[in-house]
Amino acid sequence: MANFQFRTDPLSGLKIEKSSENLIKWNVIAALATLAVGGLMALLVALTRWPSVHLLGATNYYRFLTLHGIDALLAWIIFFEVALVHFTSTVLLGTRSYVPWLGWLAFALMLIGGGVINVIVLLGGADVMFTSYVPLKADPIYYLGVILFAVGALLGFIIFFINVTLSKRDGGYKRSLPLGSFGMAAGSIIAVLTLAHGAAIFIPTLLWALNIIGYVDPAAYRLVFWGLGHPSQQINVSAMVAVWYMTAAFVVGSKPVNEKLSRTAFVLYILFINVASEHHLLVDPVLSTWHKIVNTSYMMHLAVLASMIHAFAIPASIEVALRRQGFTRGLFEWLKKAPWGNPAFSGIAISILLFGFLGGITGVIFGTEQFNIIRHNTWAITGHFHGTVVAGTTIAFMGFTYLLIPYIFKREIIWKGFATIQPYLYGVGVATLSIGMMSAGQFGVPRRHYDITFSGAPFSFTFDPAIDMFMSMMGVGGVLAAIGGVLYILISFGSIIFGKKIGD
Amino acid sequence: MAIYEPERMWWNPLSKDERIWVGVALIWMLVSFIFMPIYHVVGSQNPPSETYKVTAEDFDKLVEGMVAKYKVGEENGFPVVHPNPSEPIYVRASMWQWYPVLELEKGKTYRLHLSSMDIQHGFSILPINMNFMALPGYDYVLKLTPTTTGEFHIVCNEYCGIGHHTMVGKMYVK
Ligand code: HEM
Ligand SMILES: [Cu+2]
Ligand SMILES: [Cu+2]
Repeated sequence: MANFQFRTDPLSGLKIEKSSENLIKWNVIAALATLAVGGLMALLVALTRWPSVHLLGATNYYRFLTLHGIDALLAWIIFFEVALVHFTSTVLLGTRSYVPWLGWLAFALMLIGGGVINVIVLLGGADVMFTSYVPLKADPIYYLGVILFAVGALLGFIIFFINVTLSKRDGGYKRSLPLGSFGMAAGSIIAVLTLAHGAAIFIPTLLWALNIIGYVDPAAYRLVFWGLGHPSQQINVSAMVAVWYMTAAFVVGSKPVNEKLSRTAFVLYILFINVASEHHLLVDPVLSTWHKIVNTSYMMHLAVLASMIHAFAIPASIEVALRRQGFTRGLFEWLKKAPWGNPAFSGIAISILLFGFLGGITGVIFGTEQFNIIRHNTWAITGHFHGTVVAGTTIAFMGFTYLLIPYIFKREIIWKGFATIQPYLYGVGVATLSIGMMSAGQFGVPRRHYDITFSGAPFSFTFDPAIDMFMSMMGVGGVLAAIGGVLYILISFGSIIFGKKIGD
Repeated sequence: MAIYEPERMWWNPLSKDERIWVGVALIWMLVSFIFMPIYHVVGSQNPPSETYKVTAEDFDKLVEGMVAKYKVGEENGFPVVHPNPSEPIYVRASMWQWYPVLELEKGKTYRLHLSSMDIQHGFSILPINMNFMALPGYDYVLKLTPTTTGEFHIVCNEYCGIGHHTMVGKMYVK
């Protein structure tokens, strides 16, 4: 019988075991590193699409855009989510990591896969965007990298189920998981379904790139790829909502107002998202009209209902907690007295607000059959998902980092003043970027496009001059967000390395 | 708390506020839920779904057939075609051009066949901003009735390689 090293964190009261602590640390570090690369690519790409700057050449623009999609959407988000898997399946339950070796195997596969993708993209072997729509072909090594990363991620999410199953035996919980873990359970279930789609599409595509099989149907590719691509956004939403609940609990001591309601909402995510992933295909050939209507509209609204529930439950629980602390004057004293200077709290507040109003509403609109005709592949789509996965998920994860650093890394946050403004700066930047993109997209400005003045084209189209303002707005927002992103990376790495040690 | 196990009985009924919120959200969702299919029936602009399988060679023959029969001029090296509204019309996507330049008549209804010779392209008609996918191996049929005269451009809005941003075509409505 091995000896497990537990410690009790003095700030949060969490019981933390050494091997799960290390797993969380390294997954967070990898997430930070990939966000740093992805963010640098983002800045270069944004400065290229800002017409008065137009920084990069065409080749580098497409190459760096591919890498931005991969490093930001795939690597940063999933590394952080695997850290959350370890956190919610061990630390939150006060039990140990039962399969640390599997955790390290998953981590190694993701690291190698991510490294391989980065290298092959930078070498110019995969200028295909992260969607790699066939028959646009990348070097086989690219697909291999994606498969390695995805297998690692799959193992990472499977660890959740192993840990919570065995934790019960050791008294980690008696009947029900804490809500934070329950949210990650929803995320992990969706992740396993999603990554199965990933295998179903990337393995044949690898074989095709190796000339072992002759043909991958482009329409089928799109269908299965988005079976991976869209539900994985619902992993992000589940993880983000779990972070909202946990942060509110850690920072203001709030308690879910109604566990039944919040848990039901997570179950709605699991049930409906896999059958609501085809709004990417609304203006594709092949699929029938009723298929499109049922899949994208009917099921989507039930997942949206779930988000509406969380949007009520979390602010309500924060209000209840703050009122209990004595901020009871008038309707809004609690809101005024909330800890706005705490970046973990402001992080989730900004995340909730922007996710709902920027990402959520535009998602529902653009996912409608008829509206999609006037939005598909325009920049409005890019604006929409910078409202969800950046202004929502990324800012929530950034906020949670300010809790993980003291709890898990046992370090104080450095540069407290900068840390206080970081979520606001990043939030304002991303909101400006996203609104700029959506507005330009309304005039038909395409996404993934190097030159909207079309020099060198046989015919030239001139956009409505109004887009100049929106393109510049995107550029200014992008620069602000990049500054906020750099601050986040510097503060996090700085605190991990130089922060004052807590506890010893 | 979200970070602790809930108490034994957490399956509690909803409070009044919660019931109102969920009720309003549910009604809103139901309205959107019903409206989209209704609009599909009463509205005049819906994404089409009529599709046929086609090889690049066969599609190319159809395009060239139309061009040979109805060519009325040339612009920047592209044939300008004024097809008969009662016959099918074709737009061919390839790296990196939209071929040919079509000249359509206002108020006539056309069946526009769209396909790609090589990889995936995005068919974006500007400035009216309507967008559809052009996939290789598939013939996507758009039923289209031009309602305004003038000059339109077709811009590719699906990444299709290094020349993607030079893939611009043209269309006239007379
Ligand atoms: C400093 C913050 C960021 C800035 C300034 C930024 C900016 C941009 C810009 C300008 C584009 C290019 C759109 C185009 O040319 O079509 C883009 C695309 C994209 N961004 Fe970001 N971004 C940021 C952060 C993020 C983060 C954190 C994520 C993911 C979590 C993300 C995910 C994506 C994705 C998936 C694309 C689409 C790539 C594609 O079309 O293939 N971005 N971003
Ligand atoms: Cu193209
Ligand atoms: Cu293109």
